[in-house]
Amino acid sequence: MNSKLLITAAASLALSGYALAAPKVPVQLPTPQAGHYLHQSPTLEQLEQDRDIHPELRKVIKRGYDIFMNTQQWRGKYVFNDMNCRTCHMGEGRKEWAAPVWPAITTLPDFRGKNGHVNSVEERIAGCFSYSMNGKPPPYGSDDMLALVAYHQWLAKGAPVYESQIAGRGFGKVSDPTEPADYGRGEKVFQASCAICHGRDGQGLKIGGEVQFPPLWGDGAYNWGAGLSRVDTAAAFVKHNMPLGQPGQLSDQDAWDVAYFVNAHERPQDPRFERSAKFTREKYLNFHRRTLYGTEVNGRVLGEHRNTGEKPFLKPDVLRPRTFE
Amino acid sequence: MSQLKRAMVIAVAVVLGSAVSPAAAGDVERGKQVAQTCLACHGLDGAGNAAGGFPRLDGLNGDYLANQLQAFKNGTRKNPIMQPFAAPLGEQEMADVSAYYAALKRITGASSPVTGQAAVLGEKLALRGDWDRYLPPCAACHGPGNQGVGEAFPALAGQHASYIESQLRAWRAGTRTNDPLNLMLAIAERMSDADIKAVAAYLSAQPTH
Repeated sequence: MNSKLLITAAASLALSGYALAAPKVPVQLPTPQAGHYLHQSPTLEQLEQDRDIHPELRKVIKRGYDIFMNTQQWRGKYVFNDMNCRTCHMGEGRKEWAAPVWPAITTLPDFRGKNGHVNSVEERIAGCFSYSMNGKPPPYGSDDMLALVAYHQWLAKGAPVYESQIAGRGFGKVSDPTEPADYGRGEKVFQASCAICHGRDGQGLKIGGEVQFPPLWGDGAYNWGAGLSRVDTAAAFVKHNMPLGQPGQLSDQDAWDVAYFVNAHERPQDPRFERSAKFTREKYLNFHRRTLYGTEVNGRVLGEHRNTGEKPFLKPDVLRPRTFE
Repeated sequence: MSQLKRAMVIAVAVVLGSAVSPAAAGDVERGKQVAQTCLACHGLDGAGNAAGGFPRLDGLNGDYLANQLQAFKNGTRKNPIMQPFAAPLGEQEMADVSAYYAALKRITGASSPVTGQAAVLGEKLALRGDWDRYLPPCAACHGPGNQGVGEAFPALAGQHASYIESQLRAWRAGTRTNDPLNLMLAIAERMSDADIKAVAAYLSAQPTH
């Protein structure tokens, strides 16, 4: 993808008559591994022009796109924080190393360690609403859920089903830091490189009631059950996506430090909470061994509270086991 | 957070805070006097001049404007026209004249029709970006309708196309280097001449509130 991107950029710049100089802020993304499937999601322009698509399907896919880009329209109904799908699934959910969403279509149904059973794509989406959006999903099989799945599936057009070797899936990985991730160093990185958009207090910015820059902790952010609360996941997200427009700009160490710093702050309760944060951490250690939830940081045990943010309940009904018996 | 940690965080914030915003608060009345030198090109109403490439200043963020005057003075914006105007200004005068222009009621304008590449490519870059070339949309930082966000991200809607074009070229060429975190350098160096023309035309035609 990296070399492909540079070649495309060079070609377009050369054609436009602009003399190509080596970029001073190059896009630095991992090179896809040999043999991994590299997908090209179709564009909205292609959606408009594709005569094989029934107009009703086009309408439904566009509805899914609209929800994906402006999930805040469901604030108070399904979404109880400041997030949109596109907040973390960047580039309209198409971008490698920014958790592109189309693999959910081609790799599910499959077993997921997070809930210990085989998930459909709708259940996967339900997880996003329950954790990252601190809310609950639209009902399984509903028009809204169908629209979201249609958008995901449109993006997956042409991708091989059950191909697991996918280039650019998720946020990638960052090599272990030389020094253990550190709150104080992370704070310096945050104030220098992140605060300009996310605010000195990490609360982001709203303009006219609309979220411009998302908060990274506190009531408006993802809750303690969200994938991004894992320090390694957050480090990879930051390394490969931030500052906006500058993937790969931060060092590995800085990415780890700031990921630790962000995830050492409070956020709404894990919907799976039982008895105490320490108890919940132990029960879901397969997940929480990668977060700071239920551990003591700066003199306080993270997650030891009853705060569900704006959400007027703790656990959505969809979070339940399946036994297939 | 422990007391000590809290004190340290506040200390860091105060130091950073004073480094980012101008130390002096601007006075609009004093600023109007300073603006006598500006009005020939920028107008007393801040309308600027499209043909001359002089930007609109009306209602732009005061801290942003003051930062630009500093940049003209210290050369991080290389501009032979603005440098002699900025050079004699002290920090207080910069704050004052910036406050004057910031306090001006923004000249409201409805959108004008956009056609051709401005309508297609320009709107796309401004609102959706082109992620295949790693170009986030302008609105991601410059706000809904590109009306501006605080000190760091000025309003682009309704700004003269000639000025927007010249600034994108300036970042690309390295003659303007005062963008925080090289945010605009990263964007501009991925843009072609056609991109710059299209997005400038689109943005200049957008309504201002």
